[in-house]
Amino acid sequence: MHAMQVLAATAGGTGALGGQVVPARAQMAATLGFHIILACFGIAFPTIVLVTEFRGLSRSDDAAMLLARRWSQVMGVLVAVGAVTGTVLSFEMGLLWPGLMRTYGAVLGVPFGFEGIFFFLEAIFTGIYLYGWQRLPGWAHFYTGIPIALTGLGGAIAVMAANSWMNQPGGFTLSHGKVVAVNPWQVFFNRASLYETPHMILAAYMVVGFMVASVYAAGMLQGRRDRYHRLGFGMPFTIAAILTPIQIFVGDTAARAIASQQPVKFAAIEYVTRTGRGVPEYLGGFYVNGHVYFGLPIPDADSLLVGFSPRTRVTGLDSVAPADRPPALTLIHLSFDAMVGLAFLLLLAGLWALLMWRRRRGLPSQSWFWWLAVLCGPAALVAMECGWIVTEVGRQPWVVYQLMTTSQAATTNGGVIDSLTAVIVLYAVLGVATVIILRMLARRWRRGEQAGQEAAVPYGPPVDRPAPTGREQA
Amino acid sequence: MIVDAVAAILLAGVTLYAVLGGADFGGGLWDLLAGGDRRGQAARQLIDDTITPVWEANHVWLIFVLVIFWTAFPPAFAAVMTAAALPLWLAAFGIVLRGAGFAFRKEVETLHWQRLSGAVFAFSSLITPFFMGTVIGAIASRRVPANPAHTDLTVWTGPTSLLIGALFVAVCAYLAAVFLTQQARQRNDDRLSRAFARRAMAAAVISGALSLATLLELRHSNPALYHGLTTRALPLVIVAGGCGLAVLTLLATGRSDGLRALSALGVTAVVWGWGVAQYPVLLPGTDLTLTTASAPHSVLVTIVVVFISAALLVGPSFLLLFSLHGRQLLESGEHTGHGD
Repeated sequence: MHAMQVLAATAGGTGALGGQVVPARAQMAATLGFHIILACFGIAFPTIVLVTEFRGLSRSDDAAMLLARRWSQVMGVLVAVGAVTGTVLSFEMGLLWPGLMRTYGAVLGVPFGFEGIFFFLEAIFTGIYLYGWQRLPGWAHFYTGIPIALTGLGGAIAVMAANSWMNQPGGFTLSHGKVVAVNPWQVFFNRASLYETPHMILAAYMVVGFMVASVYAAGMLQGRRDRYHRLGFGMPFTIAAILTPIQIFVGDTAARAIASQQPVKFAAIEYVTRTGRGVPEYLGGFYVNGHVYFGLPIPDADSLLVGFSPRTRVTGLDSVAPADRPPALTLIHLSFDAMVGLAFLLLLAGLWALLMWRRRRGLPSQSWFWWLAVLCGPAALVAMECGWIVTEVGRQPWVVYQLMTTSQAATTNGGVIDSLTAVIVLYAVLGVATVIILRMLARRWRRGEQAGQEAAVPYGPPVDRPAPTGREQA
Repeated sequence: MIVDAVAAILLAGVTLYAVLGGADFGGGLWDLLAGGDRRGQAARQLIDDTITPVWEANHVWLIFVLVIFWTAFPPAFAAVMTAAALPLWLAAFGIVLRGAGFAFRKEVETLHWQRLSGAVFAFSSLITPFFMGTVIGAIASRRVPANPAHTDLTVWTGPTSLLIGALFVAVCAYLAAVFLTQQARQRNDDRLSRAFARRAMAAAVISGALSLATLLELRHSNPALYHGLTTRALPLVIVAGGCGLAVLTLLATGRSDGLRALSALGVTAVVWGWGVAQYPVLLPGTDLTLTTASAPHSVLVTIVVVFISAALLVGPSFLLLFSLHGRQLLESGEHTGHGD
């Protein structure tokens, strides 16, 4: 147990080793960091599958149809895991942060209430779409998927409204520490939701697009260059690559908004120790006791970034008392640098593919490109996780910005170390099992095994099944 | 008053989760008890076909209940989440294991791994409703204080909690067995329908006995609630008992008209009997009532708006899902054809 405690403390602790806030934060980070991957697939994968199914139906493209069917089977696994890890999060809101819920539950409930509707519709139509492949006629089946794509977006907007509200709380009246009036519109459309929400939705599309494309890029490297693999790479990669420059623009806008709305978070991101003009921007580097080591300073770049002029005044960490500054500045800054750096790597991959397409009307032939394409999936994933580290650790010590600290929100119960340990073990098993199952599916598809040779009943003996009929021949 | 409407919405969510989610958990229980690979094959196939397309949607009701609870009555939510933290953690982990086990066992290849993930699914179907029941028992037996600082074993391990935990498991088994009986009868599978009818009758008797025992135990653990159940809520208690007897008769005589509806109505009467008997107290034994614990007015209005939109959008969608499922247009099992 002790090792876990130390680990949790070094992962961004404020040194309150005896309290529950550090393990509670570590647990929230672990479960949210895990769930967000599945949430990305919930938000973006249905659209990518539907685009592919549309192509299959409208052009009688067998390879596209086969891809759409197989992807929706993958979607079935990921949606199931995402549904349960999402349920854990709604328990954790109360189990880890009763202080937050006691005071602000009524406010946070507004976006989550709307999220509930979207989640419902998503679950219902997922049930219809996933299990309707065999019996529902082609286009009817396609249309049952449209609500999944739309509700995925709606759910993302609602959840991001809740998170951005914590960054820019508004739309309520406090009296004697109690919320006495709430304006649901101002809660939902708070100032930070305008940039946080599109940033996350684009991130979801990029993560899923590049991840799926990675799988087929790996197949290309192994010499499987048939039309099925080219299409499996091309469709998701194109969607993700088109969105990458838009995402860089949205991210840049978000950074400027944070500089004005949450200046201390921005100061932590950019290692701005003292408020001033002509502030340099550091690339990399470690922050120890007010000094940046091994960082590469670009003179005036930070001022330029914030206000397009080297004379722009940038608020520094010294604007607030040390207790009100975020912990783990090095983690925040390096996460930000990694996110931005990886975004430009993804941009480069997309630009190269575009260039090759214009020259030769085909996919790039350079093997370095395919190695890069394999890396693009993990790169997008790491960039997205880094973005969450920046926004969440950067908001500390506040859970609701400038209104409630994370320690005030945390549970007073002991034993969070135990639930943290249990969560880490459980999620590690869950993650490994998910990956193994997806790999097993892929192997099975490659072998082209017949459905009849498998056990039809869960853990029952293998039986002979009549070959499925109808739309089975994809 | 609007807070009463919101309380009714919360109770409606609990009812739907109890009936739909409960039948789901029960399916897992019967999977656990179906016997060896060969003997349990037919039963497991029926359970799997029945649960697969609907289990995710059924469990969204739990999230609905949690969100409405914390939004409408934040202090009571925080109190329950603190005082009964341990069983709630165990229920949450049970939900993870159950969903993952269920989804994975369809996809894994070898019998060995199918057995393992199926066992995880079935076992967590047993513990999850039990721990949820102990939390309800803790609330009903006045053991959740208004401002708890710590969780405590005594909060949820009292006799009322253990009885309600067991009752939850029995009711899940009962609902599932009734639903599966009906499903088997629709398929004209005599052997299975008789088998599940027997199990449904056993579960009905056990549920009835546990309900009565809980009622008697409440005389000591929460006399006010007992009083409510035997006066104001008595009609609902009678309806619950009547439905149980009617279902038993239908099962014994082999008729299936209204079988499912009657079993669902019985469970609904129990949930609403509890609500009516306890009204307007939210956490028995504390000063938290629907009025003192409620969120500001505008939030309650938002909840009603959300509920009406949900009813308009989600209701027809659910009907579509259940009707496609009922017409067997949604194929479970090898749903996307591995072999193509």
